[in-house]
Amino acid sequence: MNSMFFLILRQMRLPLLVLSAVYAVATLGLTLIPGRDPDGNLWYMDFFHAFYFISFMGTTTGFGEIPYPFSGGQRLWALVFIYITVATWIYTIGSLISLLQSESLRNALTHYRFERQVRNLSEPFYLICGYGDTGSKLVAALGTRLMPATVLELRQERLDDLYLSGNPIFMPALRCDASKPDNLVLAGLTHPLCQAVVAITNDNAANLHIAITAKVMNPDLKVICRADSHEVEANMASFGTDYIVDPYDTFAHNLGQVIYAPSQYLLARAFRGQNGDPIPTHLSFPDGRWIICGFGRFGSSLNKEMVDHGLPVQVIEANPTLPDLPADAVIGLGTEAVTLNEADVMNSVGIIAGTHDDSNNLSIMVTALQLNPELFTVVRQNVQANKLLFEHSKANIVMEPSRVVAEHIRTILVNRTIDDFLSLARAHDDTWARVLLKELRELATPGCMPATWEVNINLEEAHAVVRAIEQGRTVRISDLLMDHTDREQGLRCMPLFHTDPRGAFCLPPRETTLEIGDRLLFAGDEWAAFKMKWTLLNSTALWYVMTGEVEPQTSVGRWLNNLRAS
Amino acid sequence: MNLEKVVFAFTIIFALTLNIGFFIGEIDNPDHHHVYELYAAIFVNAVATILKFGDRSHMGAVLLASSLVADIQLVAAATVWAYAVYVAETGLTPSTIASIVSLAGGAVVANTISVALLTIETVLLRR
Repeated sequence: MNSMFFLILRQMRLPLLVLSAVYAVATLGLTLIPGRDPDGNLWYMDFFHAFYFISFMGTTTGFGEIPYPFSGGQRLWALVFIYITVATWIYTIGSLISLLQSESLRNALTHYRFERQVRNLSEPFYLICGYGDTGSKLVAALGTRLMPATVLELRQERLDDLYLSGNPIFMPALRCDASKPDNLVLAGLTHPLCQAVVAITNDNAANLHIAITAKVMNPDLKVICRADSHEVEANMASFGTDYIVDPYDTFAHNLGQVIYAPSQYLLARAFRGQNGDPIPTHLSFPDGRWIICGFGRFGSSLNKEMVDHGLPVQVIEANPTLPDLPADAVIGLGTEAVTLNEADVMNSVGIIAGTHDDSNNLSIMVTALQLNPELFTVVRQNVQANKLLFEHSKANIVMEPSRVVAEHIRTILVNRTIDDFLSLARAHDDTWARVLLKELRELATPGCMPATWEVNINLEEAHAVVRAIEQGRTVRISDLLMDHTDREQGLRCMPLFHTDPRGAFCLPPRETTLEIGDRLLFAGDEWAAFKMKWTLLNSTALWYVMTGEVEPQTSVGRWLNNLRAS
Repeated sequence: MNLEKVVFAFTIIFALTLNIGFFIGEIDNPDHHHVYELYAAIFVNAVATILKFGDRSHMGAVLLASSLVADIQLVAAATVWAYAVYVAETGLTPSTIASIVSLAGGAVVANTISVALLTIETVLLRR
């Protein structure tokens, strides 16, 4: 703000100098030119009246000739200076207006406003670099959870989108190059409440630069990056980037999971989705020969994953000079029947259309289905604007890089515990996952994902439990699972995950004793989450679920109680 | 030699000299204090103030502040003059001219500080 004020003052120096010089000369001249008063005496105008006259003349107000009618000399002087003062005013005001409209000043103003908004953030927030397809999905997900974020983006039209997107909370945003350290600091990189930096611009080099800047300026900060190539990934990992999300590897890994552990995959999808989403149904992934069209980053990741799981794969690729291209690859786009027949589409069970061109991908799928209607189809969608087209394409799986990244990062940011839980769950076999899925389905509204919530045993979130533990009582997980209005009734929820200083456990036994500082994850219906809060925060409710007795609240009540007991 | 510096120093020193010119004389004698001198002092002071706009150094800030003080003192002097002669219509009594001149005296002090700061800055720069 200060710098802007000085900028205005500096630019206004010349106009103001000219203005005061003109006024000074005009006023001085009027006091020197002789006039006549009504009695015909020689009369000189004084400074007071001269300045008064020049002031209203300069602004073209025109109160007339005061205090006496002017002489010819005075009129001549006024005539000349009417034009000069008016021109000077136009020049001064024009300079001021063009100054206020200048790009540099408006930039300074937006930067200043953004800086103030970020400085005034009083809740933990995230710094999101890049508001593209991924960024918008992520910010929308944060918005529905009322978690603030600051956004840096290069393109103004994307930011206009952000302003119009109707987020329930305000997200400060600035149009600037996020890879410049100054801008990152402006967006709160060194703010004590900044939780994580998310680098998801569409430029790999920029993401890398943001990651290294964040790690240098604020080493304690969590840094989450999107990387589209393995070299960049390795580079990011080398200086300790906390999470690196590669959409192609992630998707290839997920697809691999569909093949060898479908229930695990469904479990991950169910927990990564939003509350109330339908529980994804089982995908029957056919076993047999597959065709991959396009051997870019996506195709090669998938090829590796499928070959690793022993599926026979036929690659179709237009560019024969690609490194690591299998020797038996068919050269061609895959959009024509000739190429597809050469790849033996009739004897294949599935096709993956994974080129970087949306129209080609759809064309591959349609042509292949005409040749072999039984095919299982996986299609890559590159551009968000084509969403509707792909929804209607009847593809079995649509892979959208931006959505894969957004879902992954959202789980990391929004519910850290779910991510911990899923990484532990991966160690179990598929039967375990299937049983768990069945239990989850029974908990919630039929077909929908149950809500998940995290409980930290600390003063803020579990006041009553902390107090009870401090008094030496034993609180078990099973106590929290009872209804505080009627302890014969259990709440419709189940513990998924429990961490304490000894380690982290999936599906902890219900008789586990709680300690201060433990972290728990529950799944169940929203009503159960609400009721559990009572037990966690209200000592009477907790005492009731633990003992089945209602503790007297008043001194008299306690006295009577003691009397009865003795 | 830098023309900008010449103009800057010239204006600041000229503001002081003109002001002294108006200030010198018996404090309650209107014949010793001419209105044109006051007029010139006000104009040159205004120019000096505008020239100091936009200097972000600490020295620049103090120079601007002293200039603003001088402006206010001189404008107050002119206002007292106009009030006495045209509003209250008491004319230039010794007490009126004494208060006008003492207001201008305050501006002289502010101008002196400006010149002193300018000299100090110059000396520091030149070693």
